[in-house]
Amino acid sequence: MDNALDIDRVFGALADATRRDIVRRAIGGQEGVAELAGRYPMSFAAVQKHVAVLERAGLVTKQRMGRCKVVRTNSEGLSVARRLLDRYEESWRGRIDRMTELVTDTKEKDV
Amino acid sequence: MTVTAVRKDPEALTMTITAEFDTSPERVWKLWEDPRQLERWWGPPTYPATVDSHDLRPGGRVEYYMTGPEGDQPRGYWEIVEADAPHSLVFRDGFANDDGTPNAGLPVVTARVTIADLGSGRTRMSIESTFPSAEAMEQVLAMGMEDGLKQAVGQIDAILAEDPVASR
Repeated sequence: MDNALDIDRVFGALADATRRDIVRRAIGGQEGVAELAGRYPMSFAAVQKHVAVLERAGLVTKQRMGRCKVVRTNSEGLSVARRLLDRYEESWRGRIDRMTELVTDTKEKDV
Repeated sequence: MTVTAVRKDPEALTMTITAEFDTSPERVWKLWEDPRQLERWWGPPTYPATVDSHDLRPGGRVEYYMTGPEGDQPRGYWEIVEADAPHSLVFRDGFANDDGTPNAGLPVVTARVTIADLGSGRTRMSIESTFPSAEAMEQVLAMGMEDGLKQAVGQIDAILAEDPVASR
């Protein structure tokens, strides 16, 4: 489905609440691992590990900004989740089309 | 096209789809309340649903199976959390084993249906679906319904062909 990203890794990475939160916070790409670590009730090492999982999944990258390295969300990774939601949307669009037909059918019969 | 809005939040793993119908809230509620009506829209044409038990009261269950082109019959169930006819319905939508018991290995999507009277014979219905995780979302979509979906909607190719970079 997608050569650039390992889909299993993306889902595995997004299955954790802390990692989803990191992805959200890193959209602006302003903080390094140390700053991120200060935001969670867990050790620096644990947060570093979460960032590494996200990095391997292609969901975040580390970028040099002046003297420090910041963690930034890779929107392409998030687009995989978005595409899955797109497919889910299609299934509901199909259902709503059929609902509309049903509602219209009975109306014609009533007339 | 009756679908008026779709909102997707890939981080929160929710999707809300809103549609409007030229009919009353009671008529829209009937699509959910009457099992014979439900059978006519739940599954795509290639995977029609057969509802074998249907109780829309809180704590009640809806049990169904779908019949695929190869004769495969995936089963599913709803667990009703809230029901307020003809205004709202909340249910947990899961997959079942062949004997009808919930398949604990597969994810459960929570669906919240809201039906509102817009006046002048129009009704708005919105459905908010919440996935427990992205992994869950993938599993739900991999449940063999994709082929049926392709034929029912005929738009999937465009979505799969979408450039992941351009789509951000």
